[in-house]
Amino acid sequence: METTTTIKPDERESVITTEQLTKRFAKFIAVDAISFSVKKGEIFGFLGANGAGKTTAMKMLTGLLSPSSGKASVAGFDVYKQAERIKQNIGYMSQRFSLYEDLTIAENIRFYGGVYGLSRTTIADKTGALLQRLQLEHARNALISSLPLGWKQKLAFSVSLLHEPAIIFLDEPTGGVDPITRRQFWELIYEAASEGVTVFVTTHYMDEAEYCDRVSIMVNGRIEALDSPRGLKERFHASTMDEVFVTLARPSA
Amino acid sequence: MKQFWGFVMKEVRHIMRDYRTLVILIGMPIIQLLLFGFAIRNEVTNADIAILDASKDYMTTEITNKLLSSGYFHLSAELASASDIEGVFRSGKAKQVVVFSQNFARDLYKNGTASVQIIGDASNPNMATILFGYTTSIIQDYQFQLAAHRGQNAVLPITPEIKMLYNPELKSVYGFVTGLVGMILLLVSALMTSIAITREKELGTMEVLLVSPLKPPQIILGKVLPYLVLSVINAVTVLLMAQFVFNIPFRGSYGLFFFEIMLYILTALSLGIFISTKAKTQQVAMMISLGALLMPTILLSGFIFPVENMPLPLQIISNVIPARWFLVTLKAIMLEGLGFEYFWKETAVLSGMAIVLIALSMKNFKVRL
Repeated sequence: METTTTIKPDERESVITTEQLTKRFAKFIAVDAISFSVKKGEIFGFLGANGAGKTTAMKMLTGLLSPSSGKASVAGFDVYKQAERIKQNIGYMSQRFSLYEDLTIAENIRFYGGVYGLSRTTIADKTGALLQRLQLEHARNALISSLPLGWKQKLAFSVSLLHEPAIIFLDEPTGGVDPITRRQFWELIYEAASEGVTVFVTTHYMDEAEYCDRVSIMVNGRIEALDSPRGLKERFHASTMDEVFVTLARPSA
Repeated sequence: MKQFWGFVMKEVRHIMRDYRTLVILIGMPIIQLLLFGFAIRNEVTNADIAILDASKDYMTTEITNKLLSSGYFHLSAELASASDIEGVFRSGKAKQVVVFSQNFARDLYKNGTASVQIIGDASNPNMATILFGYTTSIIQDYQFQLAAHRGQNAVLPITPEIKMLYNPELKSVYGFVTGLVGMILLLVSALMTSIAITREKELGTMEVLLVSPLKPPQIILGKVLPYLVLSVINAVTVLLMAQFVFNIPFRGSYGLFFFEIMLYILTALSLGIFISTKAKTQQVAMMISLGALLMPTILLSGFIFPVENMPLPLQIISNVIPARWFLVTLKAIMLEGLGFEYFWKETAVLSGMAIVLIALSMKNFKVRL
């Protein structure tokens, strides 16, 4: 006899899984057999020093780069065979905001909505809702270039969620932004996660790593640690994620 | 497909919003054609000449009148003796002196020959040659007139025969029109496309586009299409101006003309795409387009300097410049009205270039992913 039980976080379905995922460039191994999984609705921090292989791993997951070996599936689709299906089901935002400065807010939304094949009416509905949520209705026809950085960033995040992707990849989304705006930005991330969107985020800010449900730390192409921020701090006897990161990234120090 | 048109619309919006650049792109061919057509000319008008007429009969008067009414010459002095010649050159009063021998008309009838001496100031060799050319062809023309008038075959061949085919008035604007088409299409197609694509790379939007369901060929095609339209508009502008402002005859087929134009635009666009796969920033793309494409096109394509007059190494280099082949086909169609059989080789070379460049840029664009 089975009864309905509340699903604990660990029993949620995995939306990203990798097994021994590897990328080789000539003789250089950028990503060395990484295996991990990310659950639905989780905020997954993907950390690592520059050159540790974060970007390469992310490119493989977003379908931009095909892996050398190993397995990976994203949103239920295989990265080798179904890269196009993956693209339809993920959102992406880079630290450069990815909005066109010489187009208006409405035009940017219309463009990205169109790219993901949303219908005209859907785009119109979503534009209204999005502007209302961000309290930007008055700026509908303002050029992106006229907006402050923080607004651009929130807008870019919302636009990348326009087509209701299962997973959103954020590549250092808060680079060059002041702490208050960063904080507000993370509120948007929490909101999205609470609605069931999986957030896969890379960052250089260790305080942001504390906000994640789980964090993986890459060193030289390998995942050296993967746990909740609390778990990691306990394991490395550190009081902050910053200390954890320094211990791992510079083992000799 | 709907996604693709949305992409094209976005691109059109970029172009329209930057209306200053758009005005330049559309106005540039007009301004350049007017400049080349009216202001910068190779031909000489109203050059000062002096005449020493020792005969002063009706024939020398007729020839003198013909020379002076041609518009090329302006009489600055009538000389009385040969000793004055040196003086007019020294003082800069004349660029050329025409000397008729004594008893000109009588000699011509009696002996069947008479002589005209043309003395040029070769300190400016180009000018001297041009004036010499004008003078001899005018005198020759007079001879034919004379012969026709008397119902005879031409007499007294004083001068070597110089014949100006296709451009009997030696109008330099004829040559500039075709050259200008080659240059402007390259500028719009290659330069603007490479900048438009590198801009997306520089701003980071290219990453987002590549992660989106849009396919790379759609992205490239969407970026290229508006510039293709702009290029065709430019080509048509130049063509219309050539016909209605400069009265340059269009002798060949419009179908062939547009075929060659499209082929050249295709080559230039793929050059632009190729540059954008190599260049990381808009500035680099612009430098490559201007330095490596535009300069050689102006200097080595035969636009300004005939390819045949170049030293061999430059002639060899000119072979890799698409405009060199394009200009040949364009001249053949527009000015000479020739059929495809006369320039299929050039067309084949151009097609080959287009195919190689498209393949290269496709390959490069994929590798970058």
